[in-house]
Amino acid sequence: MLLKLSFSSLYARLVTVGMTILAISVSLMLYMSVEKLRTSAYTSFTDTISQTDLIVGARASSVQLLLYSVFRIGNATNNITWESYLDLVSKEEVDWTVPISLGDSHKGFRVMGTNKEFFSRYKYRGSQSVSIDKGYLFEDLYDVVLGAGVAEKLGYKIGTSLVVSHGLQSFSDHDDQPFRVSGILKKTGTPVDNTVIVSLAAIEAIHVDWSTGAKIPGQLTPIDEIREMDLTPKNITAALVGVKSKLTIFQLQRWINEYPEEAMTAILPGAALQELWRVVGVIENLLLGISVVVIFTTLVGMAAIMFSSLSERRREMAIWRAMGASPFTVIGLLMLEAIFISILSITFSVVLLFCVLNLLQPWIDYNYGILVNIEMLAIKDMYVFAVFIIASITVSLLPAIRAYWFSINDGMTIKL
Amino acid sequence: MDESIIKIDSVRFYWSKKSNFKIFVPNLEIKKGEKVLLLGESGSGKTTLLSLMCGFLNPLSGNISINGNTINQLSSKTRDEYRADNIGIIFQQFNLLPYANVVDNVLLPLYFSKVRSSNVSNKKEKVIELFKQLRLPDDIAQFRASSLSMGQQQRVAVARALIGNPSLIIADEPTSSLDADAQKIFLNLMFEQISENNSTLLMVSHDKSLSNQFDRLIDINEILIREDKSCY
Repeated sequence: MLLKLSFSSLYARLVTVGMTILAISVSLMLYMSVEKLRTSAYTSFTDTISQTDLIVGARASSVQLLLYSVFRIGNATNNITWESYLDLVSKEEVDWTVPISLGDSHKGFRVMGTNKEFFSRYKYRGSQSVSIDKGYLFEDLYDVVLGAGVAEKLGYKIGTSLVVSHGLQSFSDHDDQPFRVSGILKKTGTPVDNTVIVSLAAIEAIHVDWSTGAKIPGQLTPIDEIREMDLTPKNITAALVGVKSKLTIFQLQRWINEYPEEAMTAILPGAALQELWRVVGVIENLLLGISVVVIFTTLVGMAAIMFSSLSERRREMAIWRAMGASPFTVIGLLMLEAIFISILSITFSVVLLFCVLNLLQPWIDYNYGILVNIEMLAIKDMYVFAVFIIASITVSLLPAIRAYWFSINDGMTIKL
Repeated sequence: MDESIIKIDSVRFYWSKKSNFKIFVPNLEIKKGEKVLLLGESGSGKTTLLSLMCGFLNPLSGNISINGNTINQLSSKTRDEYRADNIGIIFQQFNLLPYANVVDNVLLPLYFSKVRSSNVSNKKEKVIELFKQLRLPDDIAQFRASSLSMGQQQRVAVARALIGNPSLIIADEPTSSLDADAQKIFLNLMFEQISENNSTLLMVSHDKSLSNQFDRLIDINEILIREDKSCY
């Protein structure tokens, strides 16, 4: 009967209680959303490249090599020669390699020279590989494949003609050798989306009339002549490497790092990604901080609402006391109410979270490349809920103690 | 055999030493079955005295006995139980839990008192019987308390105070919010039921015109000394 009346009391304050539950639910939902976004950002970040055992480039720090080879951020300190690359390819431990050549750009988007192996070997989010959405991979020397983001932002279609600029912020264009869009890739949520991909031979071709970073004045080799040339690259920027046996990764890494002909670095992508995440981890801590503040504010709000409802409930508590309820029963009722509000808020916040995630997931994925997993609640979430319930009971103690004093002192005098 | 139901002996109470409300009750005795009217103006200490008798407040010195038990010597928990078992309380107004239905309001004391609960064999029947005796409509049972008129609410409060036959009914100005006709009807109904239950009634009021309907009249100023006033 006590429970029934307690719920009736809550129902009678439907608007106040409803608003409290809504406020707590939204705060909890916000906390869970930030947490989901944080973990999803981490997962998306660390899943940018997978199933690649080593990334090889010129001597540099692991973070720097990862940044320019995978995220297309910053520049390579140096290139590695084609001969060194071939030495690497010939190693017994090596199963496959994908050469990458970077340095040029198109309207702010990085141009990457590579071979067709890239499309089958580059994996992200576990075992997903990039695939063609429209058109086909490069068949001709001047074919270009666009990441989904490039095509969308520049409004390019199959057959669109484009010119590659020399370097990243250069006013010199390779306008004598225009490219044609042959294919557009499906959205991946990785830096590939913002990459213009051409063949390694094409990178060599556009630099035929160039020397030490500048166009040779008066020299313009006809395209037909260029097509007949040996366009084997002299240098590449980096290479993605897969090994036959995982046991040989460290052995191969050591061989590369100690390669006598040229200063090279081989990094483990997973370890480098973790290292890089630690660098950007301050944002993660900030998000975590925001989450904690949100929860704290929620609890303070709940206590404030309970406090404000106390004065209007003093008469009710006096009636309970007159009927024989002890002050502890009155405290118990308030705490029971806090537990009920917490549980209802948690339930509602979970429903709200799944609705919001379902609505926003495609938008977040499309715009930020973060795939927010909509999955069942994890054990960690249950711990958070348990801690929240305990915290709300603790917070409700303050109004409950005040109610205790009211119920002891009011007696027959109900002051309103 | 002690015939008194309430016995107060040298009771002193105040909230703090600096309080400007200090009371002393040297002696008061009310016999079983009596209908007593406690008269006094606002702020004279009537409600504080009732709170002491009900065991909500504990005197600083002296003793209060209800049915021979010195309630101020009981533990807080036992005092609450004792109140639930022995005293039916009627407030000035807003007696009922507004969100609960009428039946739940009437049955509330039985939840806290095993003694009163055991006195009622069929709860629902007893409630209906009380409603009939108090001239309340049959269909009122499932109404929410907040939907009743003030007069009806006060009669339901009487039913709640009477259920399970407590030996003492304490009422704090229950007629103050009723008009003259409604007051008369209400008091007659309450007296009828209290007599039928052989309960004792201690009712507080500032309305002297009610005095001829009671067995005894007590003027608060004759039994209670305001120490804060006499001291200065």
